[in-house]
Amino acid sequence: MSAADVPLWAALPAALLLICGGLLALVGSLGLLRLRSFFARIHAPTMGSTLGAGCVLIASMLTSTALAQRPVVHELLITLFILVTAPITTMLLMRAAILRSDRSES
Amino acid sequence: MNAILPFAVNFGLACCSVGMLCALVRLLRGPAAQDRILALDTLYINGMLTILMLGIGSGAAIYFDIALLIALFGFIGSTAMAKFLLRGEVIEP
Amino acid sequence: MRRPPLVPLLPAVLLAVWLLLNDSVAPGHVVLGAVFAWLVSAAVARLRPLPAWPRRLHVAIGLCWHVFVDIVRSNIGVGRVVLGAARRQPTIGFLQIPLQLRDPHGLAMLSIIITGTPGTVWAGHDPASNTLTLHVLDLQDEETWIRTIKDRYERPLMEIFE
Repeated sequence: MSAADVPLWAALPAALLLICGGLLALVGSLGLLRLRSFFARIHAPTMGSTLGAGCVLIASMLTSTALAQRPVVHELLITLFILVTAPITTMLLMRAAILRSDRSES
Repeated sequence: MNAILPFAVNFGLACCSVGMLCALVRLLRGPAAQDRILALDTLYINGMLTILMLGIGSGAAIYFDIALLIALFGFIGSTAMAKFLLRGEVIEP
Repeated sequence: MRRPPLVPLLPAVLLAVWLLLNDSVAPGHVVLGAVFAWLVSAAVARLRPLPAWPRRLHVAIGLCWHVFVDIVRSNIGVGRVVLGAARRQPTIGFLQIPLQLRDPHGLAMLSIIITGTPGTVWAGHDPASNTLTLHVLDLQDEETWIRTIKDRYERPLMEIFE
């Protein structure tokens, strides 16, 4: 029971999704280094937490469904949780950054 | 049997590790406190993806619970720190 | 007077989460989950006395599809900005958008949609004038952003929640 036992119909799309998800997470984290101001940097990690996490979670659903030979969809829970919670942190950080930059200018 | 999925898992793991390194550099360098919190949040998300990929690679179901817990605690930690920056208090009376 | 929904939403969602978490639909789990869902929703009812009654759920399906397409498209856009950052740093900017949506649940959904899409972050909301402050990563054309927010997101949300 490991990655090599997954049948081909599940392994091909899962591999594609894993590569996409890894690249998205990488580019999102790279944005932290390459963009120069905080207000530009705050947008980059959203890539990894929306589509990047979505790709990896769908790949995980595919492989565990193929291995267990029945529909396994409990990864939906993480997807929903990440989709609802990641924006909240970003919004709070945005407001904190606006407050702090206003304070340091005046 | 087919080597394509192990290759993809390794590729994704490498991507996530480099992403975590980027976030770590920003965490150590970040000029302001909000930069560090953002980097820590990214580190959490990348760590969760790493655990999920390890789970795909090994086929064990226990990794799902670890990923769920990392997502939960990452959210709580980052939100508490962002709230602290915003108001100077986490739980207001 | 608005009509309450046919299925009580919070207990139904809690039961679904319980069954997903246990990864089974055995009768024992269904009964236990139903008891938990009823207890938890009775316990938290006093914390949030304003119930959300979303209607016209067929509009929500179209909205979900639009959001998915926009997330994919703006992921590609933000990716290109990040990879091209050595040549050109993006021009960040704030936008003021007047809203018509007043329902607090609709506003919460709108904020999650906007912030969940890479490239835009909800930066504040003034309840007195009902104006949204939007932060955009690469601000090229203000009119397009305002039209996207108002036509694609705000109108379906008003149909669902108001």
